[in-house]
Amino acid sequence: MTTATLDPELRPALFDYLLRLGDDALVLGHRLSEWCGHGPYLEEDIALTNLALDCVGQANGLLGLAAEVEGAGRDADDLAFRRDALDFRNALIVELPKGDFGFTVARQLLFSAYAHLLYEALRESAFEPLAGIAAKAFKEARYHLRHSSEWLIRLGDGTDESRQRAQTALDDLWMYTGELFEKDDTLRTLVDAGLAPDPRALEAPWRERVEAVVSQATLTLPEDDFMLTGGRSGRHTEHLGHLLAEMQFLPRAYPDAVW
Amino acid sequence: METTREQVLDYLSEVKDPEIPVLDVVEMGIVRDARLDGDTVHVDITPTYSGCPAMKAIEEEIVRTLHAKGFEKVVVHTVFREAWTTDWMTGEAKRKLEKYGIAPPPKTDAALRPALPFAGQPKPVRCPFCGSEDTERTSEFGSTACKSLHFCRACRQPFEHFKCI
Repeated sequence: MTTATLDPELRPALFDYLLRLGDDALVLGHRLSEWCGHGPYLEEDIALTNLALDCVGQANGLLGLAAEVEGAGRDADDLAFRRDALDFRNALIVELPKGDFGFTVARQLLFSAYAHLLYEALRESAFEPLAGIAAKAFKEARYHLRHSSEWLIRLGDGTDESRQRAQTALDDLWMYTGELFEKDDTLRTLVDAGLAPDPRALEAPWRERVEAVVSQATLTLPEDDFMLTGGRSGRHTEHLGHLLAEMQFLPRAYPDAVW
Repeated sequence: METTREQVLDYLSEVKDPEIPVLDVVEMGIVRDARLDGDTVHVDITPTYSGCPAMKAIEEEIVRTLHAKGFEKVVVHTVFREAWTTDWMTGEAKRKLEKYGIAPPPKTDAALRPALPFAGQPKPVRCPFCGSEDTERTSEFGSTACKSLHFCRACRQPFEHFKCI
């Protein structure tokens, strides 16, 4: 089905879902872009910013599609730059500050392992435009996953300092991973309609992949404990507000500016 | 004179990739289709990478080119199905790339490595300047989303490679 043939009953859930996907990509893309000019060395600076570009491009497609489904005359830019933190639907893990290189690598591994599986499944979505975006994003997610896996292995199986930083990063990030696999009413509606994959079905393969990389990195997989949540309903950490203040400053300060 | 789809595609071969000006958007497989609907011409394009910044420039150039050919109404649609792949680049496009100094992508099934870390080292890329395979990859990510950076140990020159996707 396309936007034109979409069952109107599905619109609110689909709009919400597309915001989640688009906001994940946008916020993560922004965090990655913060490495521009600050990478540990030139080639990695380029690598991180290339990943950022892929994410922002995906966000552009997904938010554009969200706006189309919403049908209220907004576009991708309106959604990206004129919503406040309460209206963002990204998972908490992507809004965390970039931290040190180990933290960025660990977060990227945890998120890319999920994104890779998610986009792979979304290629079968009954909503054609989403399936199309996912087919493209899936191929890019492969590069992101391999890149971050290789780095976590180098850092974990590296010096005492790199291993300590990598382990600390994993330990700090673990409580943010549960949110990626939550299934709420929005997802129940979309899964039943064949528009989205069941996130709970992604958890086991995600874990398997993460465990394999963590093990090869000679690091310890953190214990499952309390999992933070709230991003999908607009309850964000204090970090998102600061991120948006920076990201949205220019279009908000000069709303009539044209490139 | 009635304009055919083929004619529109022919005009569109004048639109070059802004990053790699020896290639046009038709032979790169970026232009997927063209349709005439009354006095409006519709062109479907597919992005190479989700975030490719050249796509906007390509879109504008398509509109400008077709306006110049006399089409008053031009609509460009960005379509995502199927996902763009380097396999859509014509053999001629790959030869032009090599002549330009960028190592062309091989067929994807031969070169798309799995997402597993350190799985299977990439086959050495042939140097577009001297043809040697004694080359090394210095960075998986290059100056644009689609390219990686390599170095030829034989002729001691760095060069870029259009990545398989």
